Amino acid sequence: MSKINDLFKTELKVANIGLRSFAEDLKNQKVKVVHVDWRPPAGGNKKMIALLSKLK
Amino acid sequence: MVQDLIKKANEETMKRILSAQPTLVGIGVAGDVIPGMTSKTILHAGPPITWENMSGPLKGAVIGGLIYEGLAENEVDAIALVESGEIQFDPCHHHNAVGPMAGVVTASMPVFIVENKTFGNYAFCTLNEGLGKVLRYGAYSEDVIKRLKWMETILAPVLKEAIGLAGPINLKSMIAQVIMMGDEGHNRNKAGTSLLIRELAAHIINTSFSNQEKIEVLNFMNSNDHFFLNLTMPACKSSLDPAMGIKYSTIVCAMSRNGTEFGIRVSGLGDRWFTAPAEIVDGLLFPGFTAEDANPDIGDSVITETTGIGGFAMAAAQAIVQFVGGNPQDAINYSKLMYEITEAENNTYKIPVLNFKGTATGINIMKVVETGILPIINTGIAHKEPGVGQVGAGLVRPPMKCFEDALEAFVDALTEEGLVE
Amino acid sequence: MNYGEVGVLLMNIKIKTQKNTYYDSVTLMRISKELKSLEGVEEVLVGMATDLNKELARNLGLSNETIEGLTVNDFFVTVKCTNEELFEILLKKLEELLSKKDDETEEYSPATLESTLKNVPDLNIAIISVPGQYAFAETKKALDNNLHVLLFSDNVSVKDEKTLKEIAKEKGLLMMGPDCGTAIINQVPLAFANVVKKGSIGIVGASGTGIQEASVLIDKFGGGVSQAIGTGGRDLSLDIGGIMMIEGIKALEQDEKTEVVLLISKPPAPEIAEKVLKTAKDSGKPFVVIFIGGDIEVIEKYGGVPALTLEDAAIKAVQLTNIKMKTPEIIEEGRDSLIKMLAKNLNKDQKYIRGLYTGGTLCDEAMIMLSKTIGDIYSNIPLKPHLKLMDPIESKENSCIDLGDDTFTVGRAHPMIDPATRQERLIKEAEDTEVAVYLMDFVLGYGSHHDPAGEMIASIEKAREIMRQKGYEAVYIASVSGTEADPQNLKEQERKLMEAGVVVMASNARAVGLAADLIMYHRKGRE
Repeated sequence: MSKINDLFKTELKVANIGLRSFAEDLKNQKVKVVHVDWRPPAGGNKKMIALLSKLK
Repeated sequence: MVQDLIKKANEETMKRILSAQPTLVGIGVAGDVIPGMTSKTILHAGPPITWENMSGPLKGAVIGGLIYEGLAENEVDAIALVESGEIQFDPCHHHNAVGPMAGVVTASMPVFIVENKTFGNYAFCTLNEGLGKVLRYGAYSEDVIKRLKWMETILAPVLKEAIGLAGPINLKSMIAQVIMMGDEGHNRNKAGTSLLIRELAAHIINTSFSNQEKIEVLNFMNSNDHFFLNLTMPACKSSLDPAMGIKYSTIVCAMSRNGTEFGIRVSGLGDRWFTAPAEIVDGLLFPGFTAEDANPDIGDSVITETTGIGGFAMAAAQAIVQFVGGNPQDAINYSKLMYEITEAENNTYKIPVLNFKGTATGINIMKVVETGILPIINTGIAHKEPGVGQVGAGLVRPPMKCFEDALEAFVDALTEEGLVE
Repeated sequence: MNYGEVGVLLMNIKIKTQKNTYYDSVTLMRISKELKSLEGVEEVLVGMATDLNKELARNLGLSNETIEGLTVNDFFVTVKCTNEELFEILLKKLEELLSKKDDETEEYSPATLESTLKNVPDLNIAIISVPGQYAFAETKKALDNNLHVLLFSDNVSVKDEKTLKEIAKEKGLLMMGPDCGTAIINQVPLAFANVVKKGSIGIVGASGTGIQEASVLIDKFGGGVSQAIGTGGRDLSLDIGGIMMIEGIKALEQDEKTEVVLLISKPPAPEIAEKVLKTAKDSGKPFVVIFIGGDIEVIEKYGGVPALTLEDAAIKAVQLTNIKMKTPEIIEEGRDSLIKMLAKNLNKDQKYIRGLYTGGTLCDEAMIMLSKTIGDIYSNIPLKPHLKLMDPIESKENSCIDLGDDTFTVGRAHPMIDPATRQERLIKEAEDTEVAVYLMDFVLGYGSHHDPAGEMIASIEKAREIMRQKGYEAVYIASVSGTEADPQNLKEQERKLMEAGVVVMASNARAVGLAADLIMYHRKGRE
């Protein structure tokens, strides 16, 4: 059985990355959710992104 | 391959920082104990800077230092002496020392001697003068010089003898305690100062000095909540110095400001400073002052954040949360945010409200650049004119440029070695 | 009054004290800062009467004998301001600030998925709605950490979508999206989804509003939903090959709570349709399929039950579960007399339907149904290329507009979130006296606007007024896609529309059907 079926039998625990309202909606329904205060890597600075990618 | 090198280097860096045992071993005279110190040397906070580029408080402190040393009679003499080129300026950081605000250290000044027992290295820092018109904010009036002389002739000798009687004082465990007691080690030092007095009181009584002198010393310490800051700072400095110069390490081992520029040093990049113009502190100003009065960020005290306390331990200092926005949750959030850019949880400095989680320690330049999250620094605000003193306190962050430049230099170095394309 | 003329600035020093009251210095500094920002306040000092503060007051010219006489346990406020009234305002503000307890403490939000998982390692699903260019990296990270994913972001390349779905398939994870707006997992509505009853119908759908409409109608007919899996609109394309729909069907096959499977998509690539239908057949569970506007023979070939509309699909799925069907509460009794009554007010030259849709699939459904009865429908998302509106903001003859299409959402929110786009559009349409019927959808549920009907009513009134001035009156027909358990409450929303004279039908299909019949009836009358 796939992990999808495991999920169907488990309490939903959500990581919300992006729009905060999705997390608020879930919170209002008492669903466990962690909102990730996501921001673009290196603030979108292309040069820095390129430098970082060399180190990974 | 590169990741492994970085990972190993960072692990070694953190091992050194976390295993440090900063210990107060005594008080000495700067000219005697600080390496490379001469009678014509003036050490200052932050990365290197020339006289022309110094901000008001630093210039004032330099003038005061020269008057205190008897090298100049007054302001005019002092400036003439500086302009003659006879005086050598050098960052405290280049001499195993640190200084709050202007951070001026001259040859005759008494300094705390802190030894990192794990590695046998030393760090030095002057004794805290108290609040108001003081040298570290660039004041150099007669009162200021008089107080410095009293510190040299009474305060330091009394404390030196008392410390001798007490024996070495383990600062690491003392700092761990003060964080449990509501200090964060940078903007709040009330618990630390109290604890130090408790530790030394009996020994001060036991010294050979007169009762009057002992009372003066105890009152002086008691009147200044920040007295302990000048021990936290060298404790941090002595913890970080052995972690410098580890090849491929991306951990920040020094952050510092001279009132004009902010500078950082990265373990794997040796002695190089990466600098950018210092920011204006966002904070609460004392009544009667406006944002116009504030000097850009100044002082070596950000060594505390570099070691995982200060702003990084803000959650521990609930009493001063209003500096960071007003409510305890803000303070907790600031402390939590710092885990995003650091390499480890401190093994000694722990925050009760975070379920005794170790403070975020070891700033990694890669994480700073990638997340865009800058270290959060709790700090005092100096008046931009020499000698006015502290005008407020608040939060400041280093300029991102320091970290970006460091990252670029780091990649350049790897490229030169042929490790990355 | 011009003080400058006499060269004197009138100033008052006002002082108020409180004995034996302690406030900490940081609070007081913060308060001083706020009070100083009040207009007309020249200088203000709020503090405990320490020697330092008393000296400060003297230096600022704010001191007097009262202050000099205070002790460190006393609190004072002294202010230099231009009038008495201001001082009262200031005192009130001071009171407010001193008693302020800020309860709105915000919980910590970690900055990256890595640190989130470090703190909360047992998360099992990620909703990702970052800008498209970053969506791949974030989604891959989530999948690498064994999280199921609902990827709401659009602007993800087909190649990236395929890579992500293959990773997910390999790991046995859900990879819903990109551009997936709706899912219901374990009864939890995710992103844009409704609160529907628990039941035995498992949905896999390549359309968000399609899933929403079908699931609320299942609810309305007395059925319930076990799981609703969104796949993203491109899943059944040749490039993606239906990866997620196939994996979804397999998961529903294994799911004991699912008795009937409902598949929703626009017409897929033929070979993908066969692949998907074969998987459904192999599942051994009865299944209903709606390929909106597509071929039904292939569905029958694999033993599926084809449906023509989303309502039809909902009905057939509920029937297959063997529970007793509920008839919808808005019944069709007297439909003919209703049509007659509605047509009565229409003028001869009022000929056209304008569908103003927030849900793309509902707009599609409308066009398919209408083109079979009343003829060509122009649109920004037309059924046939030659029916594309040259200018999407100018309707033509019979038009159905998908206001949620990219053309309308550049730099503004989707009309399901912000009704402004449709409000403006309706007012504009009202200038056209050839319009007989306006068709509208109202999509409820989490994610949507908290009162879409209420927001639209004023614009409907305004549109009526514009037409009335020209001597015309149009008919407004709507359907509300939602349940009574939705935060907006279906009944409440329907009531608002009906009170505004809107004809509310139980489903989009019925609303469209009524509109079409009305037009046909009116046409006949004109002939």
